[in-house]
Amino acid sequence: MAKVQGAIVVDREKCKGCEVCVPACPTHVIELAKEVNGKGYHYAYMANPDGCTGCSNCAIVCPDGVITVYRVKTS
Amino acid sequence: MDVKEIIKDENLVYKKTSLMTSNVLSYCPGCGHGTAHRIIMETLDEMGLQSQTIGVAPVGCSVLAYDFMNIDMIQAAHGRAPAVATGVKRTRPDKFVFTYQGDGDLAAIGTAETIHACNRGENITIVFINNGIYGMTGGQMAPTTLEGMKTATSPYGRNLRSMGNPLKITELIAQLPGTYYVSRQAVHTPSAVRKAKKAIRLAFEIQKENKGLSFVEIVSNCNSGWKLPPVKANQWMVDNMFPFYPLGDIKVDGQLVNAQ
Ligand SMILES: Cc1ncc(C[n+]2csc(CCOP(=O)(O)OP(=O)(O)O)c2C)c(N)n1
Ligand code: SF4
Ligand code: SF4
Ligand code: SF4
Repeated sequence: MAKVQGAIVVDREKCKGCEVCVPACPTHVIELAKEVNGKGYHYAYMANPDGCTGCSNCAIVCPDGVITVYRVKTS
Repeated sequence: MDVKEIIKDENLVYKKTSLMTSNVLSYCPGCGHGTAHRIIMETLDEMGLQSQTIGVAPVGCSVLAYDFMNIDMIQAAHGRAPAVATGVKRTRPDKFVFTYQGDGDLAAIGTAETIHACNRGENITIVFINNGIYGMTGGQMAPTTLEGMKTATSPYGRNLRSMGNPLKITELIAQLPGTYYVSRQAVHTPSAVRKAKKAIRLAFEIQKENKGLSFVEIVSNCNSGWKLPPVKANQWMVDNMFPFYPLGDIKVDGQLVNAQ
């Protein structure tokens, strides 16, 4: 059966750690890092990359538009 | 499959539109202004209107919108964006003209310009960001501030007897014959963003057909003014703003959707 797998890339230095993307992800992929970026924000990252389906929900709600989304069909 | 194999150009499904510049947004973390900017720019991108659009920025937190929107823009004096947009559209009727305004700008100091541009049925699009507060100046009460809402100038909550009622300017301008499409949206969840984007698309399509003024309100958050972290601010907005400012179309094809 065809399955989709996705991945996101967060522009770490532009992420403001607002956390709006976290509840937007239906598969709980995203968390905020313990580390901070140059501005002092805890940036978002894929804590559970296997769960990503590339649905783009996180990118659509990110106020700063710092998430890029990729998706592949695997069989 | 390894993440590195997924992250390849041929697998790209979403990236920020090139109609947003690479400048870091001046907005507070989680502020809906950024999302609102992006969906307007995505819409113009999808419609191929980058070089044919002139935006008018307000005074307020979004005063620097021209630094972020990669299109031709003018920055108007406080509240005057609909008057400036009127002039631009009348001299360049071939251009797509929109204003982007906060509630202090559009519903307080600019009330006259808003109402008269709507009443004249100027063939422009107004995008109205309603966060119920003056964000830029430090969270003072706006005409749109809810009953009981605490702001810097209503520290015990808005009292209707002494401070008046919150103004539903969107319902008000929907009554005017010059408005052709009036809708209220939000940008706090993926589905809300998708709906808001559809409303903005329709607004620009109406402008293309010279049908009259199109007006899209976006109920948004002001984390700093409301003194809440972004996710909690969005929840507060759902619980408190949406009951008073319900989402959905208010006027479609020049007809009120539900008699307001
Ligand atoms: C003529 C004039 N009066 C007052 C101000 C001060 N001022 C700047 S922004 C603002 C209100 C902004 O609130 P809003 O339009 O709701 O936008 P937000 O910052 O919340 O996005 C005010 C009163 C000004 N700049 N010019
Ligand atoms: S929504 Fe965007 S800015 Fe906010 S934490 Fe997520 S990636 Fe960072
Ligand atoms: S693309 Fe979808 S599944 Fe992947 S992190 Fe974003 S919201 Fe979650
Ligand atoms: S003050 Fe409010 S409206 Fe202004 S950028 Fe911050 S959160 Fe947004």
